[in-house]
Amino acid sequence: MAPFTVMGAARALRGGAVTSVQLAEQVLKRASMVEAQVHAYLTLDSDGLLQAAAEADEALASGGGRGPLHGIPIALKDNMATRGMETTAGSKILAGYHPPYDATAVVRLRRAGALVTGKTNLDEFAMGSSTENSAFGPTRNPWNTDRVPGGSSGGSAAAVAAGTAFGALGSDTGGSIRQPASLCGLVGAKPTYGAVSRYGLIAFASSLDQIGPLTHTVEDAAVLLDAVNGPDPLDATSYPGDLPRSDGRLGRGLEGMRVGVVSDLGGLEAVEPDVDASFRKMVAAMEREGARIVDASLPAAPHALSAYYLIAPAECSANLARFDGVRYGLRVDGATTEEMMSRSRAEGFGPEVVRRVLMGTFALSAGYHEAFYGQAQKVRTLIRRDFARAYEGCDVLVSPTSPTTAFPLGDRTEDPMSMYVSDVFTIPSNLAGHPAVSVPIGLDRRELPIGFQVMAPALGEPVMFQAAEAVEALAGFDTRAPYDPGFGLRGGVR
Amino acid sequence: MPIDIDIAHVARLARLRLSEEDLEAYGRQCRDLLEHVARIQALDTEGVAPTSHPFPMTNRFREDLVTPDSVLDRGEVLAQAPSTEREFFRVPPALEDD
Repeated sequence: MAPFTVMGAARALRGGAVTSVQLAEQVLKRASMVEAQVHAYLTLDSDGLLQAAAEADEALASGGGRGPLHGIPIALKDNMATRGMETTAGSKILAGYHPPYDATAVVRLRRAGALVTGKTNLDEFAMGSSTENSAFGPTRNPWNTDRVPGGSSGGSAAAVAAGTAFGALGSDTGGSIRQPASLCGLVGAKPTYGAVSRYGLIAFASSLDQIGPLTHTVEDAAVLLDAVNGPDPLDATSYPGDLPRSDGRLGRGLEGMRVGVVSDLGGLEAVEPDVDASFRKMVAAMEREGARIVDASLPAAPHALSAYYLIAPAECSANLARFDGVRYGLRVDGATTEEMMSRSRAEGFGPEVVRRVLMGTFALSAGYHEAFYGQAQKVRTLIRRDFARAYEGCDVLVSPTSPTTAFPLGDRTEDPMSMYVSDVFTIPSNLAGHPAVSVPIGLDRRELPIGFQVMAPALGEPVMFQAAEAVEALAGFDTRAPYDPGFGLRGGVR
Repeated sequence: MPIDIDIAHVARLARLRLSEEDLEAYGRQCRDLLEHVARIQALDTEGVAPTSHPFPMTNRFREDLVTPDSVLDRGEVLAQAPSTEREFFRVPPALEDD
């Protein structure tokens, strides 16, 4: 059977069961079968992938290639700079942009031996929860192509779920790795803030953005994360100290682990019954496996969504000032520099980006700064304190990842707030800077995947992945279901 | 809490040249969203220090070294610009004539 996980492919490659070229061909064949329906990729670099795979095979044959990801095809969200490969962030304003440098995460991924399949679709500048905000058309969920893959890393999730990459990197500002992982039946991890360098990640909200993996297994996620994390002199916000190995506690089970169930994470009334039932069933199963289940409380968490929708737009309005038609991207001419900039930006940004830039500009403007942005930052402190108090009594916190499973395309595009609540459970970890991972645990009545979130304190990746791996084993979820080698997408032909 | 937002002014600050129709629509949406998120103003944050960053960090300094990682190729950079002249980015007049 063809390998489908990162580690499975790595073992098959080292054992001589497959070549890297065969892995690349497997990915490209699947892409030729499913991409017309799924549209996970904005750029699929077939030639580059095959050439790199041939080089990887040569290196292995001559005794080289000791990297943990040697010869494995991995996809990149299209908000990470790749030298000479188009990088758009899903925005018309960056169409045709070929960065003159690689993001640090990309450099490290390649150094670990990985091959880049291409660049995956996303909500424009990572702003959204469905990948419908891409300027280049939506991505569809491989489990059901009438539905969204989640977002903003929806292309990365769909590529891994459909077997057109063995793993992928995404970015998570308010849930943009975990929510699409949840909706596409995958593992998706947001590391501790600063664990992975943001150099070359096109900035959305700098104090929240973090790169992380989307994979079929927890082990894959830990391996992928450890390949790209670590301090970077090119990112002053990267964590300066040594990071614990993400796979350091894998295989240790749940015996004696204190698992906090958060009663007031916010928006609980909106949780779908199947999601809630599946979540509770898993918590009970964890208890049977030796975990100590405790009640946890984050009293300020219900305000996290509001704080987030002040902080993220404020930071985005500052970050996106760089898109002005001068150095790169779209330019619409004008009689003055200011007119040229104002026309270029209005023409180049999509509606959700314009909305957030306006919100953020207002929240930072004279007379409102303290009432909006300042207050939101204080709420952020309250949330951090709540987490600190909760972690006195437990090792990890758990919740559903998303209140709902994958929703139909077009369902939430008219009402921004209905889209924003998709991230109600994922946002608190971003505000605190803590790691969190989504693990698939089952299907709802419509056969759509349900995700389970494990949160841990800063630098708690080892215990987080330990718990996540135990959840994975208890769930026994088959992440390969959407893809049938004989027919392409199983449920997808619609 | 009703929010008073001069959307045309905000759009000017953000360098977004929007039509009257778009301004009206965005203004309404922003007002609705801001009224929702403004609920946090009811929270008591007396004496609470703001968090600007997940970790308490101070400025970190390193030697300002020229390394292959920190220097971009000028030709490659300029090739991405919509308009250049010699080794410069070219823009329309920045100052209006009086």
